[in-house]
Amino acid sequence: MKTADFRGVLWRDNPLLVYLVGLCPALAVSDRLVNALLLGAVMLFALLGTGIAAVGLERFAPPRLRLPLRLLLASALVTAAQRFLWAFAPTFTAPLGVYLPLLSVNCLLLGSAGAGSFSDGLLEAAGRGAAFAVGLSLLALVREGLGAGTITLFPVGSFGGVLNLRGLPPARVLAAAPGALFVLGYLSALARRRGRGRS
Amino acid sequence: MSQPAPHLHQGPTTRGIMLAAAACLAPAATWGALALGPSALRVLAVAVGASLAVELAIGLSAWRRCTLGDGSALLTGLLVGLSLPAYAPLFVPAVAAAFAVAVVKASFGGLGRNWMNPALGGRLFVTFSWPVLLAVRPRPASGWLRLPAGLADGSLLGGSGTLGLVSTLLLALGGAYLLARRIAAWEIPAAFAAAFALTVWAFGGLPAGDGLFRGDLPAALASGGFALAALFMATDPVTSPQGRAARLAFGAGCGVLSFLLRVYGLRPEAPFLAVALMNMFVPLLERLSAWRGGR
Repeated sequence: MKTADFRGVLWRDNPLLVYLVGLCPALAVSDRLVNALLLGAVMLFALLGTGIAAVGLERFAPPRLRLPLRLLLASALVTAAQRFLWAFAPTFTAPLGVYLPLLSVNCLLLGSAGAGSFSDGLLEAAGRGAAFAVGLSLLALVREGLGAGTITLFPVGSFGGVLNLRGLPPARVLAAAPGALFVLGYLSALARRRGRGRS
Repeated sequence: MSQPAPHLHQGPTTRGIMLAAAACLAPAATWGALALGPSALRVLAVAVGASLAVELAIGLSAWRRCTLGDGSALLTGLLVGLSLPAYAPLFVPAVAAAFAVAVVKASFGGLGRNWMNPALGGRLFVTFSWPVLLAVRPRPASGWLRLPAGLADGSLLGGSGTLGLVSTLLLALGGAYLLARRIAAWEIPAAFAAAFALTVWAFGGLPAGDGLFRGDLPAALASGGFALAALFMATDPVTSPQGRAARLAFGAGCGVLSFLLRVYGLRPEAPFLAVALMNMFVPLLERLSAWRGGR
Protein backbone atom coordinates (compact mmCIF):
# COMPACT_ATOMS: atom_id res chain seq x y z
CA MET A 1 0.00 0.00 0.00
CA LYS A 2 1.46 3.29 -1.02
CA THR A 3 1.15 6.57 0.78
CA ALA A 4 -1.09 7.98 -1.93
CA ASP A 5 -3.50 5.12 -1.31
CA PHE A 6 -3.59 6.06 2.33
CA ARG A 7 -5.52 9.17 1.36
CA GLY A 8 -7.56 7.29 -1.22
CA VAL A 9 -8.76 4.90 1.45
CA LEU A 10 -10.52 7.75 3.16
CA TRP A 11 -12.94 8.18 0.27
CA ARG A 12 -12.47 5.80 -2.62
CA ASP A 13 -11.92 2.71 -0.50
CA ASN A 14 -13.55 3.78 2.71
CA PRO A 15 -14.48 0.47 4.35
CA LEU A 16 -17.57 1.85 6.01
CA LEU A 17 -18.90 4.28 3.41
CA VAL A 18 -17.98 2.52 0.17
CA TYR A 19 -17.67 -1.19 0.99
CA LEU A 20 -20.30 -1.00 3.75
CA VAL A 21 -18.25 -3.20 6.05
CA GLY A 22 -18.82 -3.19 9.79
CA LEU A 23 -22.30 -1.72 9.52
CA CYS A 24 -23.80 -3.33 12.58
CA PRO A 25 -21.89 -1.44 15.29
CA ALA A 26 -21.69 1.62 13.05
CA LEU A 27 -25.45 2.00 12.75
CA ALA A 28 -26.00 1.20 16.40
CA VAL A 29 -23.65 3.66 18.02
CA SER A 30 -23.55 6.54 15.55
CA ASP A 31 -26.28 8.48 17.32
CA ARG A 32 -23.69 10.42 19.36
CA LEU A 33 -20.44 11.82 18.05
CA VAL A 34 -18.55 10.82 21.17
CA ASN A 35 -19.63 7.19 20.77
CA ALA A 36 -18.45 7.19 17.17
CA LEU A 37 -15.07 8.63 18.13
CA LEU A 38 -14.57 6.05 20.86
CA LEU A 39 -15.61 3.11 18.74
CA GLY A 40 -13.46 4.35 15.88
CA ALA A 41 -10.49 4.65 18.21
CA VAL A 42 -10.94 1.10 19.53
CA MET A 43 -11.26 -0.17 15.97
CA LEU A 44 -8.07 1.63 14.95
CA PHE A 45 -6.27 0.14 17.95
CA ALA A 46 -7.45 -3.39 17.22
CA LEU A 47 -6.66 -3.08 13.52
CA LEU A 48 -3.14 -1.89 14.26
CA GLY A 49 -2.64 -4.72 16.71
CA THR A 50 -3.83 -7.41 14.34
CA GLY A 51 -1.95 -5.74 11.50
CA ILE A 52 1.31 -5.98 13.39
CA ALA A 53 0.59 -9.54 14.46
CA ALA A 54 -0.40 -10.57 10.95
CA VAL A 55 3.19 -10.20 9.82
CA GLY A 56 4.34 -12.57 12.54
CA LEU A 57 1.54 -15.00 11.74
CA GLU A 58 2.48 -15.06 8.07
CA ARG A 59 6.01 -15.94 9.00
CA PHE A 60 5.67 -18.40 11.83
CA ALA A 61 2.18 -19.86 12.03
CA PRO A 62 1.06 -22.74 9.81
CA PRO A 63 -1.63 -21.65 7.32
CA ARG A 64 -4.35 -23.69 8.99
CA LEU A 65 -3.93 -21.81 12.23
CA ARG A 66 -3.78 -18.27 10.87
CA LEU A 67 -7.47 -17.50 10.92
CA PRO A 68 -8.15 -18.92 14.41
CA LEU A 69 -5.15 -17.09 15.72
CA ARG A 70 -6.29 -13.85 14.16
CA LEU A 71 -9.70 -14.30 15.73
CA LEU A 72 -8.14 -15.00 19.09
CA LEU A 73 -5.89 -12.00 18.81
CA ALA A 74 -8.67 -9.66 17.69
CA SER A 75 -10.89 -10.66 20.58
CA ALA A 76 -8.00 -10.34 23.02
CA LEU A 77 -7.24 -6.81 21.83
CA VAL A 78 -10.87 -5.72 21.86
CA THR A 79 -11.40 -7.20 25.29
CA ALA A 80 -8.33 -5.41 26.57
CA ALA A 81 -9.61 -2.13 25.15
CA GLN A 82 -13.02 -2.77 26.62
CA ARG A 83 -11.61 -3.45 30.10
CA PHE A 84 -9.45 -0.38 29.88
CA LEU A 85 -12.35 1.85 28.88
CA TRP A 86 -14.67 0.46 31.52
CA ALA A 87 -11.98 1.06 34.14
CA PHE A 88 -11.13 4.63 33.21
CA ALA A 89 -14.15 6.05 31.35
CA PRO A 90 -17.26 4.09 32.32
CA THR A 91 -19.67 6.89 31.47
CA PHE A 92 -18.45 6.97 27.88
CA THR A 93 -18.27 3.19 27.58
CA ALA A 94 -21.74 2.37 28.81
CA PRO A 95 -23.60 3.73 25.72
CA LEU A 96 -21.51 1.50 23.46
CA GLY A 97 -23.11 -1.51 25.12
CA VAL A 98 -22.64 -4.84 23.48
CA TYR A 99 -21.30 -3.28 20.29
CA LEU A 100 -17.90 -2.72 21.83
CA PRO A 101 -17.17 -6.44 22.51
CA LEU A 102 -18.84 -7.30 19.20
CA LEU A 103 -16.04 -5.44 17.42
CA SER A 104 -13.90 -8.53 17.84
CA VAL A 105 -15.94 -10.42 15.28
CA ASN A 106 -16.25 -7.41 12.97
CA CYS A 107 -15.54 -8.36 9.39
CA LEU A 108 -13.27 -5.35 9.04
CA LEU A 109 -10.92 -6.93 11.59
CA LEU A 110 -11.12 -10.46 10.24
CA GLY A 111 -11.22 -9.61 6.58
CA SER A 112 -8.20 -7.36 6.41
CA ALA A 113 -5.56 -9.18 4.45
CA GLY A 114 -2.28 -9.38 6.28
CA ALA A 115 0.12 -9.37 3.39
CA GLY A 116 3.43 -7.93 2.33
CA SER A 117 6.00 -6.26 4.50
CA PHE A 118 5.64 -5.00 8.02
CA SER A 119 5.33 -1.36 7.08
CA ASP A 120 2.78 -2.11 4.39
CA GLY A 121 0.60 -4.02 6.80
CA LEU A 122 0.86 -1.29 9.38
CA LEU A 123 0.01 1.43 6.90
CA GLU A 124 -2.97 -0.47 5.59
CA ALA A 125 -4.29 -1.13 9.08
CA ALA A 126 -3.87 2.53 10.01
CA GLY A 127 -5.61 3.64 6.82
CA ARG A 128 -8.55 1.34 7.28
CA GLY A 129 -8.92 2.21 10.93
CA ALA A 130 -8.72 5.93 10.30
CA ALA A 131 -11.16 5.70 7.39
CA PHE A 132 -13.59 3.73 9.51
CA ALA A 133 -13.32 6.26 12.32
CA VAL A 134 -13.76 9.21 9.96
CA GLY A 135 -16.76 7.65 8.24
CA LEU A 136 -18.35 6.77 11.54
CA SER A 137 -17.77 10.25 12.92
CA LEU A 138 -19.27 11.87 9.82
CA LEU A 139 -22.33 9.65 10.15
CA ALA A 140 -22.66 10.48 13.82
CA LEU A 141 -22.12 14.19 13.25
CA VAL A 142 -24.98 14.40 10.75
CA ARG A 143 -27.28 12.13 12.73
CA GLU A 144 -26.73 13.82 16.04
CA GLY A 145 -26.76 17.35 14.67
CA LEU A 146 -30.00 16.91 12.76
CA GLY A 147 -31.62 14.18 14.85
CA ALA A 148 -30.97 15.42 18.36
CA GLY A 149 -29.88 19.02 17.87
CA THR A 150 -26.67 18.50 19.82
CA ILE A 151 -23.03 17.60 19.24
CA THR A 152 -21.57 15.58 22.07
CA LEU A 153 -17.82 15.62 22.66
CA PHE A 154 -15.61 14.90 25.63
CA PRO A 155 -15.96 17.39 28.48
CA VAL A 156 -12.78 19.40 28.88
CA GLY A 157 -12.39 21.89 31.68
CA SER A 158 -15.33 24.25 31.78
CA PHE A 159 -16.74 22.85 28.50
CA GLY A 160 -19.46 20.42 29.46
CA GLY A 161 -19.08 18.21 26.42
CA VAL A 162 -22.36 18.99 24.70
CA LEU A 163 -22.88 21.67 22.08
CA ASN A 164 -26.49 22.65 21.55
CA LEU A 165 -27.42 23.64 18.04
CA ARG A 166 -30.18 26.10 17.31
CA GLY A 167 -32.64 25.87 14.50
CA LEU A 168 -35.52 23.57 13.78
CA PRO A 169 -36.64 21.09 16.40
CA PRO A 170 -34.57 17.94 15.82
CA ALA A 171 -35.95 15.37 13.39
CA ARG A 172 -36.21 12.31 15.57
CA VAL A 173 -36.14 9.88 12.65
CA LEU A 174 -32.49 10.61 12.00
CA ALA A 175 -31.53 9.71 15.55
CA ALA A 176 -33.40 6.41 15.28
CA ALA A 177 -31.99 3.36 13.53
CA PRO A 178 -33.70 3.96 10.15
CA GLY A 179 -32.21 7.44 10.06
CA ALA A 180 -28.75 5.90 10.16
CA LEU A 181 -29.49 4.13 6.89
CA PHE A 182 -30.78 7.35 5.29
CA VAL A 183 -27.65 9.26 6.24
CA LEU A 184 -25.35 6.37 5.38
CA GLY A 185 -26.88 6.14 1.92
CA TYR A 186 -26.15 9.77 1.16
CA LEU A 187 -22.66 9.67 2.70
CA SER A 188 -21.94 6.56 0.66
CA ALA A 189 -23.02 8.32 -2.53
CA LEU A 190 -20.84 11.29 -1.62
CA ALA A 191 -17.83 9.08 -0.91
CA ARG A 192 -18.24 7.20 -4.18
CA ARG A 193 -18.51 10.44 -6.10
CA ARG A 194 -15.39 11.87 -4.50
CA GLY A 195 -13.52 8.59 -4.95
CA ARG A 196 -14.42 8.46 -8.61
CA GLY A 197 -12.91 11.87 -9.17
CA ARG A 198 -9.70 10.86 -7.45
CA SER A 199 -8.97 7.48 -8.96
CA MET B 1 -37.68 9.34 -32.95
CA SER B 2 -38.77 9.99 -36.49
CA GLN B 3 -40.98 12.98 -36.86
CA PRO B 4 -43.04 12.69 -40.07
CA ALA B 5 -46.56 11.34 -40.17
CA PRO B 6 -48.97 12.30 -37.42
CA HIS B 7 -48.28 9.73 -34.76
CA LEU B 8 -51.75 9.84 -33.39
CA HIS B 9 -52.48 8.75 -29.92
CA GLN B 10 -55.14 9.63 -27.44
CA GLY B 11 -53.79 7.72 -24.48
CA PRO B 12 -53.37 9.40 -21.15
CA THR B 13 -50.15 11.31 -20.59
CA THR B 14 -48.26 11.56 -17.33
CA ARG B 15 -49.12 15.22 -17.09
CA GLY B 16 -52.77 14.49 -17.78
CA ILE B 17 -52.95 11.84 -15.06
CA MET B 18 -51.19 13.97 -12.49
CA LEU B 19 -53.24 17.05 -13.21
CA ALA B 20 -56.48 15.07 -13.12
CA ALA B 21 -55.58 13.65 -9.73
CA ALA B 22 -54.69 17.13 -8.49
CA ALA B 23 -57.98 18.48 -9.81
CA CYS B 24 -59.82 15.72 -7.97
CA LEU B 25 -58.20 16.85 -4.75
CA ALA B 26 -59.16 20.47 -5.31
CA PRO B 27 -62.74 20.33 -3.94
CA ALA B 28 -61.65 18.66 -0.74
CA ALA B 29 -58.78 21.10 -0.40
CA THR B 30 -61.07 24.06 -0.91
CA TRP B 31 -63.50 22.76 1.63
CA GLY B 32 -60.72 22.11 4.12
CA ALA B 33 -59.40 25.63 3.72
CA LEU B 34 -62.89 27.08 4.19
CA ALA B 35 -63.66 24.95 7.22
CA LEU B 36 -60.34 25.25 8.99
CA GLY B 37 -59.32 28.75 8.09
CA PRO B 38 -56.11 30.49 7.07
CA SER B 39 -53.82 28.16 8.99
CA ALA B 40 -54.91 25.26 6.79
CA LEU B 41 -54.39 27.34 3.68
CA ARG B 42 -50.89 28.22 4.84
CA VAL B 43 -50.00 24.56 5.41
CA LEU B 44 -51.27 23.67 1.97
CA ALA B 45 -49.47 26.56 0.27
CA VAL B 46 -46.16 25.82 1.98
CA ALA B 47 -46.37 22.13 1.08
CA VAL B 48 -47.09 22.82 -2.59
CA GLY B 49 -44.54 25.61 -2.80
CA ALA B 50 -41.78 23.56 -1.19
CA SER B 51 -42.54 20.59 -3.40
CA LEU B 52 -42.37 22.65 -6.59
CA ALA B 53 -39.24 24.52 -5.48
CA VAL B 54 -37.33 21.36 -4.55
CA GLU B 55 -38.38 19.63 -7.76
CA LEU B 56 -37.21 22.60 -9.80
CA ALA B 57 -33.89 22.84 -7.95
CA ILE B 58 -33.12 19.13 -8.26
CA GLY B 59 -34.22 18.94 -11.86
CA LEU B 60 -32.04 21.86 -12.89
CA SER B 61 -28.99 20.90 -10.86
CA ALA B 62 -28.97 17.13 -11.34
CA TRP B 63 -30.72 16.50 -14.63
CA ARG B 64 -30.32 19.87 -16.36
CA ARG B 65 -33.98 20.02 -17.25
CA CYS B 66 -37.15 21.31 -15.74
CA THR B 67 -39.30 18.44 -14.54
CA LEU B 68 -42.14 20.53 -13.21
CA GLY B 69 -44.15 19.87 -16.37
CA ASP B 70 -45.07 16.30 -15.46
CA GLY B 71 -47.21 17.63 -12.64
CA SER B 72 -46.11 15.06 -10.12
CA ALA B 73 -44.52 17.63 -7.82
CA LEU B 74 -47.77 19.56 -7.71
CA LEU B 75 -49.69 16.41 -6.79
CA THR B 76 -47.14 15.44 -4.17
CA GLY B 77 -47.34 18.87 -2.57
CA LEU B 78 -51.12 18.76 -2.50
CA LEU B 79 -51.19 15.30 -0.95
CA VAL B 80 -48.64 16.25 1.68
CA GLY B 81 -50.54 19.39 2.57
CA LEU B 82 -53.86 17.60 2.76
CA SER B 83 -52.53 14.84 4.95
CA LEU B 84 -51.09 17.17 7.56
CA PRO B 85 -53.04 18.78 10.38
CA ALA B 86 -53.76 22.47 10.00
CA TYR B 87 -52.07 23.43 13.25
CA ALA B 88 -48.68 22.04 12.22
CA PRO B 89 -45.85 24.60 12.33
CA LEU B 90 -45.03 25.71 8.82
CA PHE B 91 -41.62 24.08 8.63
CA VAL B 92 -43.32 20.68 8.92
CA PRO B 93 -45.09 20.76 5.54
CA ALA B 94 -41.95 22.25 4.00
CA VAL B 95 -39.73 19.46 5.30
CA ALA B 96 -42.31 16.81 4.43
CA ALA B 97 -42.63 18.00 0.84
CA ALA B 98 -38.87 18.43 0.43
CA PHE B 99 -38.24 14.95 1.81
CA ALA B 100 -40.91 13.54 -0.47
CA VAL B 101 -39.49 15.05 -3.63
CA ALA B 102 -35.76 14.92 -2.86
CA VAL B 103 -35.35 11.68 -0.93
CA VAL B 104 -38.28 9.47 -1.82
CA LYS B 105 -38.50 10.39 -5.49
CA ALA B 106 -35.38 12.06 -6.87
CA SER B 107 -32.82 9.94 -5.02
CA PHE B 108 -34.16 6.86 -6.70
CA GLY B 109 -33.95 8.44 -10.14
CA GLY B 110 -37.05 10.57 -10.39
CA LEU B 111 -40.63 9.98 -11.35
CA GLY B 112 -41.34 6.36 -12.22
CA ARG B 113 -38.39 4.91 -10.34
CA ASN B 114 -39.49 5.53 -6.77
CA TRP B 115 -40.79 2.51 -4.89
CA MET B 116 -42.79 4.46 -2.33
CA ASN B 117 -45.36 7.11 -2.94
CA PRO B 118 -43.44 10.36 -2.38
CA ALA B 119 -46.17 12.11 -0.45
CA LEU B 120 -46.49 9.12 1.86
CA GLY B 121 -42.77 9.09 2.50
CA GLY B 122 -42.73 12.77 3.37
CA ARG B 123 -45.76 12.48 5.58
CA LEU B 124 -44.31 9.55 7.49
CA PHE B 125 -40.92 11.22 7.85
CA VAL B 126 -42.44 14.14 9.73
CA THR B 127 -44.77 11.82 11.64
CA PHE B 128 -41.85 10.01 13.17
CA SER B 129 -39.63 13.07 13.44
CA TRP B 130 -41.95 15.41 15.29
CA PRO B 131 -44.68 13.27 16.86
CA VAL B 132 -45.47 15.86 19.50
CA LEU B 133 -46.09 18.67 17.02
CA LEU B 134 -48.51 16.51 15.03
CA ALA B 135 -50.34 14.92 17.95
CA VAL B 136 -54.11 15.16 17.84
CA ARG B 137 -55.46 18.32 19.40
CA PRO B 138 -59.14 18.58 20.19
CA ARG B 139 -59.34 22.38 19.86
CA PRO B 140 -61.03 23.22 16.55
CA ALA B 141 -59.42 25.70 14.22
CA SER B 142 -61.44 28.74 13.35
CA GLY B 143 -62.59 28.67 9.77
CA TRP B 144 -64.51 31.02 7.56
CA LEU B 145 -67.59 28.83 7.67
CA ARG B 146 -68.00 28.93 11.47
CA LEU B 147 -68.65 25.23 11.60
CA PRO B 148 -69.47 23.42 14.83
CA ALA B 149 -66.53 21.71 16.44
CA GLY B 150 -67.43 18.24 15.29
CA LEU B 151 -66.96 19.03 11.63
CA ALA B 152 -63.80 21.10 11.76
CA ASP B 153 -61.69 19.25 14.24
CA GLY B 154 -58.32 20.80 13.59
CA SER B 155 -57.12 18.37 11.01
CA LEU B 156 -56.86 19.30 7.39
CA LEU B 157 -58.66 16.35 5.91
CA GLY B 158 -56.96 13.52 7.57
CA GLY B 159 -54.02 12.08 9.27
CA SER B 160 -54.81 12.99 12.82
CA GLY B 161 -57.56 10.92 14.27
CA THR B 162 -61.11 12.16 14.31
CA LEU B 163 -61.76 13.47 10.85
CA GLY B 164 -64.35 15.51 9.06
CA LEU B 165 -67.02 13.43 7.39
CA VAL B 166 -67.78 16.07 4.80
CA SER B 167 -64.26 16.35 3.49
CA THR B 168 -64.11 12.56 3.29
CA LEU B 169 -67.17 12.79 1.09
CA LEU B 170 -65.46 15.26 -1.22
CA LEU B 171 -62.34 13.11 -1.32
CA ALA B 172 -64.52 10.14 -2.21
CA LEU B 173 -66.16 12.14 -5.00
CA GLY B 174 -62.78 13.07 -6.44
CA GLY B 175 -61.67 9.49 -6.13
CA ALA B 176 -64.80 8.27 -7.86
CA TYR B 177 -63.96 10.47 -10.84
CA LEU B 178 -60.46 9.00 -10.96
CA LEU B 179 -61.91 5.50 -10.85
CA ALA B 180 -64.48 6.29 -13.53
CA ARG B 181 -61.80 7.60 -15.86
CA ARG B 182 -59.69 4.54 -15.01
CA ILE B 183 -56.81 6.69 -13.92
CA ALA B 184 -56.88 4.79 -10.66
CA ALA B 185 -57.36 1.02 -10.72
CA TRP B 186 -60.61 0.16 -9.00
CA GLU B 187 -59.29 -3.10 -7.54
CA ILE B 188 -57.03 -1.33 -5.07
CA PRO B 189 -59.50 0.94 -3.25
CA ALA B 190 -62.18 -1.76 -3.44
CA ALA B 191 -60.02 -4.41 -1.82
CA PHE B 192 -58.60 -1.83 0.59
CA ALA B 193 -62.04 -0.73 1.76
CA ALA B 194 -63.43 -4.28 1.90
CA ALA B 195 -60.56 -5.67 3.93
CA PHE B 196 -60.47 -2.64 6.21
CA ALA B 197 -64.22 -2.67 6.80
CA LEU B 198 -64.34 -6.40 7.37
CA THR B 199 -61.52 -6.48 9.87
CA VAL B 200 -62.70 -3.39 11.72
CA TRP B 201 -66.23 -4.73 11.91
CA ALA B 202 -65.17 -8.19 13.01
CA PHE B 203 -62.29 -7.46 15.36
CA GLY B 204 -62.42 -3.70 16.02
CA GLY B 205 -64.44 -4.13 19.19
CA LEU B 206 -62.02 -6.56 20.79
CA PRO B 207 -59.61 -4.09 22.46
CA ALA B 208 -62.51 -2.33 24.17
CA GLY B 209 -63.91 -5.68 25.32
CA ASP B 210 -67.01 -5.52 23.12
CA GLY B 211 -66.50 -8.91 21.54
CA LEU B 212 -66.53 -9.89 17.89
CA PHE B 213 -68.47 -8.03 15.20
CA ARG B 214 -68.86 -4.86 17.28
CA GLY B 215 -66.30 -2.63 15.62
CA ASP B 216 -66.97 1.05 14.99
CA LEU B 217 -67.35 0.76 11.24
CA PRO B 218 -68.75 4.22 10.33
CA ALA B 219 -66.03 6.10 12.18
CA ALA B 220 -63.32 4.02 10.55
CA LEU B 221 -64.63 4.36 7.01
CA ALA B 222 -65.42 8.05 7.37
CA SER B 223 -61.88 9.00 8.29
CA GLY B 224 -60.27 11.33 5.79
CA GLY B 225 -56.92 9.63 6.21
CA PHE B 226 -58.40 6.38 5.01
CA ALA B 227 -60.03 8.01 1.98
CA LEU B 228 -56.88 9.86 1.04
CA ALA B 229 -54.72 6.76 1.39
CA ALA B 230 -57.09 4.37 -0.38
CA LEU B 231 -58.09 6.60 -3.29
CA PHE B 232 -55.07 8.79 -3.94
CA MET B 233 -51.97 7.22 -2.41
CA ALA B 234 -52.43 3.47 -2.81
CA THR B 235 -53.49 3.96 -6.43
CA ASP B 236 -50.33 5.81 -7.44
CA PRO B 237 -49.54 4.10 -10.77
CA VAL B 238 -45.80 4.11 -10.04
CA THR B 239 -45.96 2.33 -6.72
CA SER B 240 -48.92 -0.02 -7.13
CA PRO B 241 -48.77 -3.41 -8.83
CA GLN B 242 -50.02 -4.34 -12.30
CA GLY B 243 -52.50 -7.13 -12.78
CA ARG B 244 -55.86 -7.72 -11.17
CA ALA B 245 -54.85 -10.39 -8.65
CA ALA B 246 -51.82 -8.43 -7.52
CA ARG B 247 -53.90 -5.28 -7.13
CA LEU B 248 -56.53 -7.06 -5.09
CA ALA B 249 -53.87 -8.57 -2.84
CA PHE B 250 -52.17 -5.19 -2.53
CA GLY B 251 -55.40 -3.47 -1.51
CA ALA B 252 -56.35 -6.20 0.92
CA GLY B 253 -52.96 -6.02 2.55
CA CYS B 254 -53.35 -2.26 2.95
CA GLY B 255 -56.74 -2.76 4.56
CA VAL B 256 -55.65 -5.38 7.07
CA LEU B 257 -52.53 -3.46 8.01
CA SER B 258 -54.57 -0.27 8.41
CA PHE B 259 -56.86 -2.07 10.80
CA LEU B 260 -54.00 -3.54 12.82
CA LEU B 261 -52.14 -0.25 13.04
CA ARG B 262 -55.20 1.81 13.87
CA VAL B 263 -56.88 -0.46 16.38
CA TYR B 264 -53.89 -2.15 17.97
CA GLY B 265 -51.14 0.33 17.13
CA LEU B 266 -53.34 3.32 18.02
CA ARG B 267 -51.85 5.27 15.15
CA PRO B 268 -54.12 7.86 13.59
CA GLU B 269 -52.02 7.85 10.40
CA ALA B 270 -52.42 4.06 10.16
CA PRO B 271 -53.66 4.01 6.52
CA PHE B 272 -50.57 5.94 5.38
CA LEU B 273 -48.26 3.54 7.18
CA ALA B 274 -50.13 0.56 5.78
CA VAL B 275 -49.80 1.78 2.19
CA ALA B 276 -46.10 2.53 2.69
CA LEU B 277 -45.55 -0.96 4.03
CA MET B 278 -47.46 -2.56 1.18
CA ASN B 279 -45.47 -0.50 -1.34
CA MET B 280 -42.51 -2.66 -0.39
CA PHE B 281 -44.37 -5.81 -1.45
CA VAL B 282 -45.26 -4.57 -4.92
CA PRO B 283 -42.39 -6.32 -6.75
CA LEU B 284 -43.16 -9.55 -4.92
CA LEU B 285 -46.87 -9.35 -5.72
CA GLU B 286 -46.16 -8.67 -9.38
CA ARG B 287 -43.78 -11.57 -9.56
CA LEU B 288 -46.28 -13.89 -7.91
CA SER B 289 -49.09 -12.94 -10.27
CA ALA B 290 -46.81 -13.23 -13.30
CA TRP B 291 -45.73 -16.68 -12.13
CA ARG B 292 -49.33 -17.81 -11.75
CA GLY B 293 -50.25 -16.47 -15.16
CA GLY B 294 -47.27 -18.12 -16.79
CA ARG B 295 -48.21 -21.63 -15.81
